[in-house]
Order: sequence, then C-alpha cells, then structure tokens
Amino acid sequence: MFGFLKKTLSGTPEKPANPGWLGKLKRGLARTGNQLVDLFGGGGKIDDELYEELETILITSDVGMDATRHLLADLRREVKEQRLTEASQMKEALAHCLMKLLKPLAELLDTGTHQPFVIMLCGVNGAGKTTSIGKLAKYFQGQGKSVLLAAGDTFRAAAREQLMTWGERNNVTVIAQQSGDAAAVIFDAVQAAQARKIDVVLADTAGRLTTQAHLMEEIKKVKRVIDKALPGAPHEVLLVLDANTGQNALSQTKAFDEALGVTGLVLTKLDGTAKGGVIAAIAKAHPIPVRFIGVGEGLDDLRPFVAEEFVSALLGFDEE
Amino acid sequence: MLDNLTSRLSGVIKNLRGQARLSETNIQDALREVRLALLEADVALPVVKQFIGQVKEAALGQEVIGSLSPGQAFIGVVHRELTKLMGEENAGLNFNTVPPAVILMAGLQGAGKTTTTGKLAKLLRDQQKKKVLLVSCDVYRPAAIEQLRTLGLQLEIDFFPSDLSQKPVDIARAAHDWARRHYHDVLIVDTAGRLAIDEAMMDEIKQLHAAMKPIETLFVVDAMTGQDAVNTAKAFGEALPLTGVVLTKLDGDARGGAALSVRHVTGKPIKFVGVSEKMTGLEAFHPDRMAQRVLGMGDVLSLIEEAQREVDVEEAQKLAKKVQSGKGFDLNDFKMQIVQMRKMGGMSAMMDKLPAQLSQAAAGAKVDDKAINRIEGIINSMTPLERAKPELIKASRKRRIAMGAGVQVMHVNQLLSQFEQTQKMMKMFSKGGIAKMMRGMKGMMPGMR
Ligand SMILES: Nc1nc2c(ncn2[C@@H]2O[C@H](COP(=O)(O)OP(=O)(O)OP(=O)(O)O)[C@@H](O)[C@H]2O)c(=O)[nH]1
Ligand SMILES: Nc1nc2c(ncn2[C@@H]2O[C@H](COP(=O)(O)OP(=O)(O)OP(=O)(O)O)[C@@H](O)[C@H]2O)c(=O)[nH]1
Ligand SMILES: [Mg+2]
Ligand SMILES: [Mg+2]
Repeated sequence: MFGFLKKTLSGTPEKPANPGWLGKLKRGLARTGNQLVDLFGGGGKIDDELYEELETILITSDVGMDATRHLLADLRREVKEQRLTEASQMKEALAHCLMKLLKPLAELLDTGTHQPFVIMLCGVNGAGKTTSIGKLAKYFQGQGKSVLLAAGDTFRAAAREQLMTWGERNNVTVIAQQSGDAAAVIFDAVQAAQARKIDVVLADTAGRLTTQAHLMEEIKKVKRVIDKALPGAPHEVLLVLDANTGQNALSQTKAFDEALGVTGLVLTKLDGTAKGGVIAAIAKAHPIPVRFIGVGEGLDDLRPFVAEEFVSALLGFDEE
Repeated sequence: MLDNLTSRLSGVIKNLRGQARLSETNIQDALREVRLALLEADVALPVVKQFIGQVKEAALGQEVIGSLSPGQAFIGVVHRELTKLMGEENAGLNFNTVPPAVILMAGLQGAGKTTTTGKLAKLLRDQQKKKVLLVSCDVYRPAAIEQLRTLGLQLEIDFFPSDLSQKPVDIARAAHDWARRHYHDVLIVDTAGRLAIDEAMMDEIKQLHAAMKPIETLFVVDAMTGQDAVNTAKAFGEALPLTGVVLTKLDGDARGGAALSVRHVTGKPIKFVGVSEKMTGLEAFHPDRMAQRVLGMGDVLSLIEEAQREVDVEEAQKLAKKVQSGKGFDLNDFKMQIVQMRKMGGMSAMMDKLPAQLSQAAAGAKVDDKAINRIEGIINSMTPLERAKPELIKASRKRRIAMGAGVQVMHVNQLLSQFEQTQKMMKMFSKGGIAKMMRGMKGMMPGMR
C-alpha cells in the first residue's frame, strides 16, 4: 500500500523544521482525503460507481472538468494495464496519475543565478501577494541571503504600511514612496539593491483583475521599467493564486502569463478547506512551475511546493 | 471562445427541433451540457445536482409555444429556474432598530470585507443620508486598521480608532458606545479574515456578534471562489445568523457560480455586489442578470438598462437595428458609440458587463479610456465619405488622417482594425443565438461594441 509513497518520496527534500504546517495542510485537505479513504478502503471492486464518485471528488476539489476527464482516462488506462481489480489499489493508481500531472510543476526556485535576483509578484486582488512577500523574505533570509522589499502597490489603502510591517518583522529594508508610480518605486528599489549588493529583491504590485486592460498595461510597464533598471530583470515573475479560487485561476494564469511571462506560481491559503485542485487544471492546460504554497498568515507559513506532499495530503495518505 | 451555454447547447438542441414538447429523452443531452456549463462556472457540485433535478422537472412536458424553438424553450426554463434559485431582487438593508444599527462584516481572508465596509458607508451616507461610524476589529493583519482609517479619511466618514493591543470585542463595544453618544445611525464593524475551520477565530466572531447584536451580518465572498464556497458558507452560516451576502470582484471575468452555491447553502439574499476597487463600486444585486452571467450570457440586461438611462434612446434604437441586421454599421456609428460610451462611464465599466466572448474580443482590440480620445480625434479628421466607407481609406488617406489628428499612421491602422473587429462581432452577434434571445428579452443592444 505504501509502496508508491516510499518510491516517490525518497527523492524529496528534507521535511521542513516546523511540523505544524503539514498538519495545517492536511487539516484543510482532510475532507477530500477522508472521502477517498471511505471510497477505497471498503474492500470493494472497481466499477462505474467508483469512477463516478472519483469524478465527484476531483470536481469538488476544483480540478475542473477538463483535467478531471484527463485524470480519469489516465486512471482507467492504468487500471487496465496493471490489471487492477480491487478498489483499494485505485488510490495508489490515482496518486500516480496526479503525480504524472503535478510532478513536472515542482521546480524549486534558484535565486543564485543573478545578483540581485529580482522577483516581481502579481495577481488578482486579495490573493496573498503582500503576505507572501513577507514570508518569502523570511525564507530567503533563512538561506543566508540579504533581501530588500519594494512597495509597488501604490494604489490600495495602506498597502504600503502593510508591506512595511512585514519589512519590520523581517528586519529588512522596504523601499517606498509617499505617493505615485509603481514602476518608479520598483526602479528605485532595484537600483538600491544593486548599490547595496542585496541578493534578492521582492517587488509587490497592486492586485488587479485581468479584465482591467489599463491595469494590465500598467503592470507590463512595471516589468519593462525593471528591465531598464537592471537588464534581464525581473528574473522571476511570480503569480500568486488563492487556493479558494475556482476555474478562474486558469484564466488568471493565462492572462498574467500573456502580459508578463509568468515563471512561477504561489498557491496560498491551503490551510483552509479549499483543495487547490485547480493546480491540476493549470498543469493540464497551461503548466507553469508551482514554486511555493502558503499555509497560513504567519511568517513561517510558506513552503516550497513538493508534488508528493501535495498529492499525499490531498489523498489522505498520511492519515492511515 | 464561444463558451456560453447558448452556443454550447446549439448542437444538442438541433436534436430537439421539430419536437412539440420537451421530454425526458430529448432533453438529456441538453441537461448534461447545462451541468457542464454550471460546473465550469464554479457552481458547487451538490448545488448543480439539485438544480438539474429542478430544471428537469420544470422542463418536462413543457409545450413549445409560438415562435420559440424547443431549444429556446429549454434555455428559457434554465434561465427561469436559475433566477429563482438566485433569490430575491434587491433585498435592502434593515435599519429597524434602536440606532446605531450595527452591520457586522464576516468572511474569508482577502474576500473584500474592508473595501466593502468603506463602499457601504459611502452608499448609506450618499443615498440614505445616514451618519455612519466605521471601526476595525482586525488586530491581526498588518495595517488592516490603517487601511480602514485611510478609507474613512478619504470618504470623510467617521472612523473609530483601535489598536493592536485591544481585544476585538472591547473595540467593538467602545465603538458602539461612541456611536450611541454621537448619534450615529449606523456602525459598520469590519473584522479580520478567518478560515471557517479556525475554531478560535470563529469563536471570536461569535462573541463579537453576541456583544454587538448586529441587525445585519453580512457574509462577504469573492466571486472567483470555487467549489469550496459551499463549505465556507455553510460554516459561516452555522456560526453566525447571517442576514445577507455581498459578492465582490464581480468586475472580473469569473462566471461567479459561487453566488449560486452561497445563496443555496445560506438561504440568505445577496444584497450587494462589488464591481470595482473604487469606493463607488458597490451595486444592488440583480438575480436575473447574475443567472445570465453564470450561464455565460454576460450582464447584457444591465448594459441595456444603463444605456437607456444615459443614452439618446432614438440614436440607440437606430444603432440597435444596425447591430441586429449586422449591416450598414460604419465609422459614424462607431464614433457615436464611443460618445455614448463616454456617457455610460467609459470603456472599462462597459466591458465588464459584456458577455465573456465579447469582452475578450474587445480586450483583444485593446481599447482603453485614454485610447478613446484618440479614436475620436482620428474619426473627426475623416471625411463623411470615408466614415461611411472605411474600405476607401488606403495609404495616402491614412497619412492625411493621421496628420489631421496629430497621430501616427499606425494609430489609424489600429483604429481601422478595431472597427473591423467590432463589425465582425456585430455580425457574429446578429447571427448567433444570443441576439435572438436578447431580442426576446429586450429587443435592443445600444452602445454595444
Ligand atoms: N489562511 C491564510 N491566509 C492567507 C495566506 N496568504 C495570505 N493570507 C491572507 O489573505 C489576505 C490577503 O492577503 P494580502 O497579502 O493582503 O493579499 P494581496 O494579494 O497583497 O492583496 P491586494 O494587495 O489587496 O491585492 C490577508 O488577510 C492575508 O493574511 C495563507 O496562506 N493562508
Ligand atoms: N476589482 C475589485 N477589487 C475588489 C473588490 N472588492 C475588494 N477588492 C480588492 O480586493 C482586495 C482585498 O480587499 P480587502 O477589502 O482588503 O479584503 P478583506 O476581506 O478586508 O481582507 P482581509 O482583511 O485581509 O481578510 C483589495 O485589493 C481590494 O481593493 C471589487 O469588488 N472589485
Ligand atoms: Mg497587497
Ligand atoms: Mg480587511
């Protein structure tokens, strides 16, 4: 039963120091997990009903119709190829199918390639950009890197103050201006980072819905201006997605990617009951590496995305 | 591109042609398409299942009357049932209490509570002459109190200060006391975002509720929310006696199936929708429009309504005829639309109300409010003949027009291709099923591009 897990987990990075986070993730994902345990543990045979229940579970996790169909077709193939007959074997098989889809997305972010390594965050309103920056600052400092934050949200009330607080918590400098232009603030920050030999710059931007054409133009300009401050930068464009989001996360991914060339995703709020299954839909239709997941509102509630952990938490492996 | 239900159903519905009534067998495929469309619109699965059952019941035996095709009859049933499920029109706020009437905001992290608090205060002051006090009980999220303070300042609405060392219940009590002594009509209590499974935080908001006895407890939910909307809404609904729902970020392109899920689970009316980040972006909820949006038909009705309010009706009707026939739509009309569009609050406000397929096409044309000025300038430098027959505009005319408008030839080209796209869309519109349906509903689509 655990053969799959042992096989695939052997190559994963060390478990993070804080044991609480997987618990948080699992607590939220437990619903899905429990459903699956019931389904697979009963000692029944593989039949249409089982597939239908499986479809239900995938859909209610926001996997979306397209990716659900793909996963089920893949599962049927696997069941046939391996001549599986017992419902209990389906869980491993499904985990395999999910892994095939998600594993390619698990690419760690390497900030060692440039100095300063400039990371620009983008996303819709309230997704968790500013909070993720706070956590990322801690994460990179933990790797022994120096960090600088740029308060590029010059629009939302107190967005700057919010980022400043994260700066204080991490004891890092925040470049901000009293008013004005996002591009100008971030330009300053990138220049300051060069002068101060900072390793990682994290640039916040205002939340925007992709339907606002003028705001999408504005953020394109921000990116162009960063490139002027430091040719080749930003080195990473992170799109922050809220795990509560349904199928719209896919159109967000496409639209921001088209505008900015998104190089990585951050999936936040996985500590809630939302399953984040939309990542599977993204993996299928518009794959972009998932760099990090957010599992809370605290400084330490950010983890690199590890497909094995995501899948096993989703399927409730760790509860048995 | 054509992902709306109408176009999806069109294939299936061909099979319905020539049948006098809808039956269990002939609507099966159509029902499957509806199920799919609703799931893709993020309506939660249990809600979809129940809804399909309802549609089936309502559709069976339905006679196909008059000029309607069976397919249209079927869509009619779907729309009607969906509207029913969406709940009451425009359920207002209740102020029937000893002032201050307390409004408690609740919801997940980042849903839009603080922003909605500001918008609601403005709306109550501007439209109902209420004296409003704002208070933030969010002692957790960095600068959350500051955010509300800033909004209060900006709106010139009273704000009751609080700080991180205080307990939320104490803050709320103090604000209530202040409001009572200073004769505020309304006190809006903003709270921290919280997960429904966070027991300590859910206890906290229960205590807040017990202490404040709010007359309105509003659940704020993001229109982009997926399947989990049912779980969250259920948990909040069980913890708090909700009185209504606010659906935010409806200015995006999410189909907003969460509206249906939340409505279904809580049984509470959706009282307002958020349609912008700005403080003016709070509107009444219209179930019929929302039903259309979930079905992928866009907010066409509200566009029509707005157009009727602001736009010269006769002009609009002329235009609508052209749109319907797909013929004779020229640059003069294009310009007319632009002028009318201005009256209606600009391009971006309008685009949000278009059906997905149209707004995508329009976004592709990259027209924003600033560009509109330029477009008008360019059209103004054309001769009447050129406006009526844009195909005449070749290289030398382009240069002249560009010079006259003080732009580059590139811009003239851009405009012409935008115009062409619009024309194409109009044709598509007039051919497609949507136009027919809309004619059935209202008969015109002025100002649409
Ligand atoms: N539970 C939980 N909450 C989170 C997580 N990440 C962010 N949040 C919360 O989500 C809310 C919005 O986060 P922000 O960081 O302000 O989001 P943003 O994308 O910067 O928002 P805007 O700048 O307004 O567009 C805040 O209340 C955060 O505390 C997470 O991983 N888990
Ligand atoms: N486009 C758009 N943005 C909105 C709308 N309502 C809120 N927002 C934005 O969504 C983001 C989050 O809004 P907040 O009001 O801070 O959300 P909140 O629920 O108070 O968040 P927390 O207090 O962190 O839980 C901000 O960027 C708002 O500007 C809306 O209707 N449309
Ligand atoms: Mg932010
Ligand atoms: Mg708030």
